[in-house]
Amino acid sequence: MSPLRRRLLFGAPLAVAVAGGAGFYTILRRMQNDQYDPHALPSPLIGKRPPAFTLPGTGGGSGFSNTDLLAPPKPMLVNWFASWCAPCQEEAPMLQTLAASGITIWGIAYEDQPAALAAYLQKYGNPYTRLATDESGLTAINWGVYGVPETYFIDKTGIVRLRYAGALTDEVVKTQLNPLFEQYS
Amino acid sequence: MIPELGHFCLAMAVALACAQGVVGIAGPSLKDPRALAAAPVLALLHFTAISLSFLALVWAGVVSDFTVENIADFSSASTPLLYRITGIWGNHDGSILLWCLILSLCGAAVAVGGGRLPASLRARVLGVLGLISCGFLLFTLAVSNPFTRIWPPPLDGAGMNPILQDPGLAFHPPVLYTGYVGFSVAFAFAIAALIEGRIDAAWGRWVRPWALISWCFLTAGITLGSWWSYYTLGWGGFWFWDPVENAALLPWLTGTALLHCAIVVEKREALKAWTVLLAIATFSLSLSGTFLVRSGILNSVHSFAAAPDQGLFILALLAITIGGSLLLFAIRAPVLAATGIYAPISRESALILNNIFLCAIAAVVFTGTLYPPFVDLLFGIQLSVGAPFFNQTVLPLAGPIILAMGIGPLLRWKRADMLPVLQRLWLAGAVAVLVFIILTATRHIIAALGLAGGAWVVCAALTDIAERIRLFRVPLGQALGRLFTLPRAAIGAALGHIGFGVSVLGIAAMTLAVQKVIVLKPGQSTTLGGYSWTLQDIHDAPGPDYSQRVADVALSDNGHVFMVLHPSRRFFTAQHVITSDAAIRTNGFQDIYIDFADEEDGGAELRLSRHPGAPEIWFGGLIMALGGVFSLSDRRLRVGAPFRKRLPGGATV
Repeated sequence: MSPLRRRLLFGAPLAVAVAGGAGFYTILRRMQNDQYDPHALPSPLIGKRPPAFTLPGTGGGSGFSNTDLLAPPKPMLVNWFASWCAPCQEEAPMLQTLAASGITIWGIAYEDQPAALAAYLQKYGNPYTRLATDESGLTAINWGVYGVPETYFIDKTGIVRLRYAGALTDEVVKTQLNPLFEQYS
Repeated sequence: MIPELGHFCLAMAVALACAQGVVGIAGPSLKDPRALAAAPVLALLHFTAISLSFLALVWAGVVSDFTVENIADFSSASTPLLYRITGIWGNHDGSILLWCLILSLCGAAVAVGGGRLPASLRARVLGVLGLISCGFLLFTLAVSNPFTRIWPPPLDGAGMNPILQDPGLAFHPPVLYTGYVGFSVAFAFAIAALIEGRIDAAWGRWVRPWALISWCFLTAGITLGSWWSYYTLGWGGFWFWDPVENAALLPWLTGTALLHCAIVVEKREALKAWTVLLAIATFSLSLSGTFLVRSGILNSVHSFAAAPDQGLFILALLAITIGGSLLLFAIRAPVLAATGIYAPISRESALILNNIFLCAIAAVVFTGTLYPPFVDLLFGIQLSVGAPFFNQTVLPLAGPIILAMGIGPLLRWKRADMLPVLQRLWLAGAVAVLVFIILTATRHIIAALGLAGGAWVVCAALTDIAERIRLFRVPLGQALGRLFTLPRAAIGAALGHIGFGVSVLGIAAMTLAVQKVIVLKPGQSTTLGGYSWTLQDIHDAPGPDYSQRVADVALSDNGHVFMVLHPSRRFFTAQHVITSDAAIRTNGFQDIYIDFADEEDGGAELRLSRHPGAPEIWFGGLIMALGGVFSLSDRRLRVGAPFRKRLPGGATV
């Protein structure tokens, strides 16, 4: 190895460290300016239509596919849930209230068994206008679902405007969902 | 009063550390014997000052002085004494003070134990340690002062996070930190050698015990942490590829490479620049691991809340320490040339192979951990990298290491023949193949591969020892006699490899675990893993600062009850937190693990598991650390040997 190449090689670790340091510096600055939040759960779907999927229904229902979401008559919600998920049970009354107030909610049951799902809907009520099941969980991966429950707001052109991870609360409905319904109705 | 004294001692420590740094670095070029003699004294004073400061904080914790913000935020009157003390390092500010305490302890250890080092080398090593310490003490003093007072003091503290109230976690941070910070000594040796521009066999011999002792602590610390997460978090998992875990694994990987590499420097005077780079890299990764995790950049469950301005201060310190050392490396290291030469098949080559694969794993883990924030920065894409990535990339790289680990120790230095070595390993190979064949027939292929790999490593290490003591070739008594005269380093190395093999066995066996989540009412039972599990009763039980609901679960085999376990759910009233205390019973080869997840309608939601091989994961870690300690007991004698002979009446080896 020539002396120059040897020198360059020995400088490589420094170059890597400098690049890393510069990167961390930028990230920290952006965190200070509130431009970057490492703990946020961003959704790749915001501003887009949901990816292609066709999911079966349950208990004789027909299920739905992404084409059904292309142009809803009015803004609507898609709610991911599961019978085995405790926060979903807490969220159930809120969904009932929303459905009763005239909001269309479609549900997708994530990695669920038909029998358990039927029992869940029996016990906690069924606020969903249409219901599909994602038994394999593959559609959830395509949607970028982080965990259940998770709620997506879809406007009249079929574009996702909001993803909320976690159980919907009065606070979330008031500050995040209601303004969107007003804006896009 | 006492907290102010602690604060004052901390300020004194900054001054002393700064003096230690300047005198240590500048001393050798001044050619003044007083400067050379001053460095160790300053190191001891610096250690004393930080110890007093730390004791002041412990005192405030023990007497529950809630005028100190740190104590008010993380302790309460009802917290048991043990956790009032260990709570000191359970939070951000206190843990950094502990970090500084251990760093100064390392300096004091070099000052006291480094009497046989050349005075200039010792001064430079102490100088480097002093400068690092100075930087981090300034950080403590300026932006994360643990002695800040609040007025008016609250009547009672906010209390400690209940999940941290556990003996395993009480001792996990000090042990892990000692491992992290211990590598500062190897780092300081590397910097001192770069300044002097000279690395020889003696340097390798001096640096290895320090690297070894920190490696033992790091191994034990990681093992404790993994064990803690296994038995408290209630998921039954032992490694989650969380950024904080990766931050501990990275220095362990490069530190392991460093240990092996320093042998080559010591015995053969080769791989010098590489060893220096590994020493720098290991400590740099320890530093970044401890501090970047706290800056909030990496999304982790082990969150220490920290403000971004602390992050910038830390980044500046890291830039000076890591950037400065790598700059020195770029300038000075090209002159370090190897003097030993060796053939492609030799112990040296085997150790290089070990280094390549360990560093490849480290690179993969490093990339996986840092990829999400960087890809977001560069391309604005947000994603997360999880266990599937790490499992798929690390396991294939671990395969060759496992294979080479069996062969390496039997190869000779300089030039070796592969064939006789393989002949000697036929038994180990046969065992591994047998394990593989038996298990592939009935079980999963990954489990079979893992178990075969573990068996291979353990058997090969045993073969190594058997060969050295000429077992079965000379009479048994004579062979045992040879075992006792064998260098302890050889036994330590074999133990280290056996420990690793045992861990591999445990991890592979864990893939065969069976689990079931079920709701049982008292009197009901279920079957899992060949046993019948019966919920006998759910009842209340008192606790020191919590109340709890206990489930009594009996296990029976063919109608014969052989075990009753008591998993509980604890309600910490001060913090309004519920934790579940899993009940685990082990027989050394498998764990019965019951987690009491929830209680509803008079029934208990239980997570029942049977984990074959789980204890081996941590036994393996323990054996590895013990192997290191064993090897260390040999080192100390041998390092001193040439010097001791000159001492009148000194022990000779």
